[in-house]
Amino acid sequence: MTQLSPGFADPVLDAQACFRAILEAMSRPGRIQRIAAHITPPAPLCTAAGAALLSLADADTPLWLDTDEAVAAWLRFHCGAPITGDIGAARFVLSCGPAPSLAALDIGTDEDPQLGATLILQVAGLIADEGWRLTGPGIQHEHHLRVLGAPADFVSAWARNQALFPRGVDVLLCAGDSIAALPRSVMIAEG
Amino acid sequence: MTQTKTPSPTTQRQGWMAILARASAEELSARLAALGPLPEAETLRAPETGLVMVRGRAGGDGDAFNLGEMTVTRCAVRLGAHIGHAYIAGRDHSKAWLAALLDAALQDQALQPALLQSIIEPLASAQQAARATEARKAAATRVDFFTMATMR
Repeated sequence: MTQLSPGFADPVLDAQACFRAILEAMSRPGRIQRIAAHITPPAPLCTAAGAALLSLADADTPLWLDTDEAVAAWLRFHCGAPITGDIGAARFVLSCGPAPSLAALDIGTDEDPQLGATLILQVAGLIADEGWRLTGPGIQHEHHLRVLGAPADFVSAWARNQALFPRGVDVLLCAGDSIAALPRSVMIAEG
Repeated sequence: MTQTKTPSPTTQRQGWMAILARASAEELSARLAALGPLPEAETLRAPETGLVMVRGRAGGDGDAFNLGEMTVTRCAVRLGAHIGHAYIAGRDHSKAWLAALLDAALQDQALQPALLQSIIEPLASAQQAARATEARKAAATRVDFFTMATMR
């Protein structure tokens, strides 16, 4: 048995604060939010990705992940989320290594676009005000975001995902305790 | 509870978890204090109270039905490499934490004999005695309707 570490110190207030940060990130795509909660998820999971899953995942959200058994055990214990091997059936997809193709994920249906999956992508770093040019709902003129360690063909894959709107995949970018979101409505251009 | 010569570790653990769940927080903390300090424990899941649906089945072959909801408090504690769990009736958070701590300690082979002897066995015999007393009181007031019918 590996050493299981605790989740949120205060499950209710910490999850609410983290949910608020994710909401803020989703409504202002490209703006970086900080997760204040102190948790120590098992490696390689970072604080932001761990806190996001603790806040969002539960018994009704199948989870696909590319990490080892320690992370799966931690998430199973604290979220109670079923771990699935079928990436197309997962509501949340956690990627700490090479990112899976966006096209492989569930994009929902025109009747139920909310069923589209959320990709929680752990990256090396997030830098505001440089890099990709983001436009779309929630952005007055344009936001800039540089994602260190983003997949090479991400921008073209994103354009295909964005064209599916209202269906599509949402992405949460996590690095350390920082979080930024790319909802399916946002348009990305190389900066 | 069925007693076999060498119960499996799972059966054994079910036994002490049941005894811990029926004991009171005062009993647990008093017996734990008498034993001396345990190693440092880490709370994995702080005690939290919720509802559990209790299901019943009439007559053993009837359809399952929902009897009602009961209040349950659960807790998980890690002591070294062992994780202790407690699910107790009611909303006594300190009791849930103590029961989880003792469940973790009892899985540790080095601590187990002393804990079994000083906590689990006395609690088991006290609970057994309480059950027997209650059964005796109930038996004393039993009316045998069949006997009354034949007496007339």
